[in-house]
Amino acid sequence: MSGIQKLGVALFCIALVIFTGLLGWNDFKLTEESLYTTSDTHKKALIAEAKSAGVLDKNYNNNISFIKDVKQVIKAAQTNLQNQYNENPPSDVSEWEYKIGDWEVKNILTPTIKSSGHGWVSKNPLTAFLLTFGLAILGGFLFIIPKFFKSPGIKNDGIYHSSLTRGLKFGQRLFLLVFTIIGTLIYGFKYMGGNYFWPLVTAIVIGIILFLVFNYQKEKNLQPARSASSEFTGWLGIFAGIYMIVFYVILYWNSEYLTNWITMVDPISLSLSGNEASQWFLYGLLYTIIVFVMGIRMISKYRHNKYQIVRTCSVIFFQTAFAFILPEILVRLNYPYFDFKNIWPLNYTFFFDWNINSLIESGGLGIFMLVWGIILIILGVPIITYFFGKRWYCSWVCGCGGLAETMGDPFRQLSDKSVRAWKFERWIIHGVLAFAIIMTAMVLYHFFTGNSRVLFFDSNNIRTWYGFIIGAGFSGIVGTGFYPLMGNRTWCRFGCPLAAYLGLVQKYKSRFRITTNGGQCISCGNCSTYCEMGIDVRHYAQRGQDIVRSSCVGCGVCSAVCPRGVLRLENASGDISDRAEELRTIHITEDQIGIL
Amino acid sequence: MNIIIIGNGISGITAARWIRKLSDHKITVISSESDYFYSRTALMYIYMGHMREVDTQPYEPNFWSKNRIELVKKHIKEIRSESKSLVASDGTEITYDRLILALGSKSNKFGWPGQDLKAVGGLYHLQDLERMEQYSSGLNRAVIAGGGLIGIEMAEMFRSRNIPVTMLVREKSYWDNALPSEESQMISRHIKKHHIDLRLEKNLGEIIDDGTGTAHAVTVKETGEKIDCGFVGLTAGVSPNIGWLKDTEIETNRGILVNEYLQTNIKDVYAIGDCAEMKNPSPGRRPVEAIWYTGRMMGETVAHNICGSKTKYDPGIWFNSAKFLDIEYQVYGTVLSKPLAEHKSLYWEHEDGEKSIRIVYDENTNEVIGFNLMGIRFRHEVCEKWIAEKTQLEQVLQDLSLANFDPEFYEQYEGSLVKIYNSNTGKNLSLKKKRKLDQVLKFLRS
Repeated sequence: MSGIQKLGVALFCIALVIFTGLLGWNDFKLTEESLYTTSDTHKKALIAEAKSAGVLDKNYNNNISFIKDVKQVIKAAQTNLQNQYNENPPSDVSEWEYKIGDWEVKNILTPTIKSSGHGWVSKNPLTAFLLTFGLAILGGFLFIIPKFFKSPGIKNDGIYHSSLTRGLKFGQRLFLLVFTIIGTLIYGFKYMGGNYFWPLVTAIVIGIILFLVFNYQKEKNLQPARSASSEFTGWLGIFAGIYMIVFYVILYWNSEYLTNWITMVDPISLSLSGNEASQWFLYGLLYTIIVFVMGIRMISKYRHNKYQIVRTCSVIFFQTAFAFILPEILVRLNYPYFDFKNIWPLNYTFFFDWNINSLIESGGLGIFMLVWGIILIILGVPIITYFFGKRWYCSWVCGCGGLAETMGDPFRQLSDKSVRAWKFERWIIHGVLAFAIIMTAMVLYHFFTGNSRVLFFDSNNIRTWYGFIIGAGFSGIVGTGFYPLMGNRTWCRFGCPLAAYLGLVQKYKSRFRITTNGGQCISCGNCSTYCEMGIDVRHYAQRGQDIVRSSCVGCGVCSAVCPRGVLRLENASGDISDRAEELRTIHITEDQIGIL
Repeated sequence: MNIIIIGNGISGITAARWIRKLSDHKITVISSESDYFYSRTALMYIYMGHMREVDTQPYEPNFWSKNRIELVKKHIKEIRSESKSLVASDGTEITYDRLILALGSKSNKFGWPGQDLKAVGGLYHLQDLERMEQYSSGLNRAVIAGGGLIGIEMAEMFRSRNIPVTMLVREKSYWDNALPSEESQMISRHIKKHHIDLRLEKNLGEIIDDGTGTAHAVTVKETGEKIDCGFVGLTAGVSPNIGWLKDTEIETNRGILVNEYLQTNIKDVYAIGDCAEMKNPSPGRRPVEAIWYTGRMMGETVAHNICGSKTKYDPGIWFNSAKFLDIEYQVYGTVLSKPLAEHKSLYWEHEDGEKSIRIVYDENTNEVIGFNLMGIRFRHEVCEKWIAEKTQLEQVLQDLSLANFDPEFYEQYEGSLVKIYNSNTGKNLSLKKKRKLDQVLKFLRS
């Protein structure tokens, strides 16, 4: 590492410390103006409660005690309105307009906390932005740009020597995974308002999958699988993983604690959509910046490889233009927020009533968006996947894939290549696809019939649970938080229902495959090691077999790291099944050996 | 039938796998080096931190029990062919019905003074890797004696940890006894670009003891110059690892002598891989070929022979590959460093000096006989078919894109070769095919 690169790392670390520290660093005061709600009834009740609790106009110098008090105020106002309604039901407003529903609390809390801030961050959002985002970007580029001046070629030196990227011991990995899953289920119980049904169903499904993987085998083979575990744990990796896990937990479920970060990006949001920033704008901006900066790193690393350069530019473009800027501009023009490249079932809210209604209500463009979304699902996915494989989406367009291919690139080697992991993969990802389809079917049934109940399932409950356990828990916490723990495609490989759908097309009806170059494979294992989807590429390459696997996202890194030029991504209708057959022997001369 | 295989490298393991595919015989693989088969060619990547040791193992641990291949970690020190048994160093005796010797190689040592000191060694076994690791921390310089494929790998390994490297190479230019001159010079330039102190036409004089039995400097034979270093790599080739067989009745020369069915002079004893020496090698081939691919082919062939279908060892058309730091190398067919008089070649080199294509053809017949690629990937099967079918140079040139195996979006340089040919001959050829897989498959089946 050169001096400039060390400086870059130092600046990045400083920025990270400031960024983290900024979370609590602001003054807060609840005023009549800062109390955010769209209902006058609610506002009156809240102000009255805040006054009587002595919270109104009181200065706080940290957000923790402030949030605690504001939560109490809202809770008390909720109870008051409830009591008042029971005693003396008003005739002019409906019950749900009058009372503050549990689901509304979050919509009041985060904006209220945010606009109650009046300290340094609120007064100097741009300075704060530059000291955190700006400094981190600068640090990142100081670290990345010098790489462009080294000789091009595969540079994986020291990946398994680095504390950040070498992974962790099996026991620790298992502990973090089990801890996260159980923690999420317990939190889910609370999230569902004490309804244990769906957390319990999920726990049972997990149990069934464990049973299927470990016991439902033709031959009982209890020998350990080759795992992705390291001999020595990389503690920096654990730290990075936990940092991201905590970030997602706060982002999804406790966004009121993030208001200082949201305040920082207000000026950018105002200039784009004209609205103040929300936690989702913060997340989108952070996401886009990371994809961009780490995309440049990806290009610096693979700059001898044009496929990687083009592909990386593509994911940067789709993230920046389609996922980030275009939806904000649509909002500015009073159109619905819409990401044209986000396809159901990854975009699981597409068929939710509020989305369909808002698209229909917004006229021609809205209808077009609705039709566009449906065409992508029923025509776009199968047709494009037939010609190019699922890579057209997963490693060229998708935002999750974009993050995995840029920020996640240093962790691609941590995916588990064992056959056992493959078994887990197939059960879980197809399970999630089934879950997404059932959930959406129920939501649509509800939409068209107005009846929310099918048998004893409630469509509102199932969609809330899907959003919680798959939308947030799986894709965010495990999907991204586990980059340094289980590899960068944990979500894409085990969880993404769209990847499952694309994968089925790729496996059964696609021209895409990875071909192997005759007998040149030396079984070195670089391809398997750097396959982010955990495909044991070498298994196929060393027997001269073409690779047709539903999980392959076509990132092309196996081909890039191969020291002997054995692998090539191809689209062709030819003899795909022939060449993907086992027992293909290139040398020795085949006509000599009758049985082959 | 009870089959014992000594050696769990690519040859021995390929034999075991194919015997299992073809039969139900009892298979035991004995090795004293490692518990499991690993890819020897990937040793360097472990040291460089690209992979863990376990990643170099092509099969999961449960593969072996599933396929009923028994792995035994023992060192065999004696073969008793009259009683068809082996004696291990711990005294156990193991009997066999068929024995396959896949003993591999050992690094050459040419009697240099100090060659057995500590911090001196080659790169062939896992134990060699451990030695390199042991002396790497705080290493001031490594001197590598020998300029073959292993030498450059070792240099790359040390450079990945920013350890200064001096390479003493006997030849005028890197590996010029195997590479044609332009390619050899390309790699020599590339080595220097990677800040490796490449000393051409220099030999190792002696390795100097620091007084504790550890190397701390070497001298250059030609100049007497002393180079301080904490590690000396001996990479002047390998030779069959058959020292312990010298006094047995198994017939050996450089390696274990075998016929075309890979049988030794002793009944039911076969030898394959690096340790085998063909009594009658195919035309143009060396009797001992210590490379991955031939080991694999021999493993497959011996399995067929043991399982009842007599099969001659036929290595087919020569091919090999390597990677010199950042430059990939592939060769198909006959590409000699000192070509015969009738061998002519059409050579194109990229202006960056790190990519090239060479097509070797016979001047009299205009038949293509070989391809040599640097920094460019060609399809094995296509090149092989052209060579096997004695295709005319002009035909190959016009169809050359069929051979291109570089990743998508890469620039294609086949046209440059055609251009050179046209300007040499005044002809007006052009590329007639695209590199599309469908076309390639059509060609391969034609």
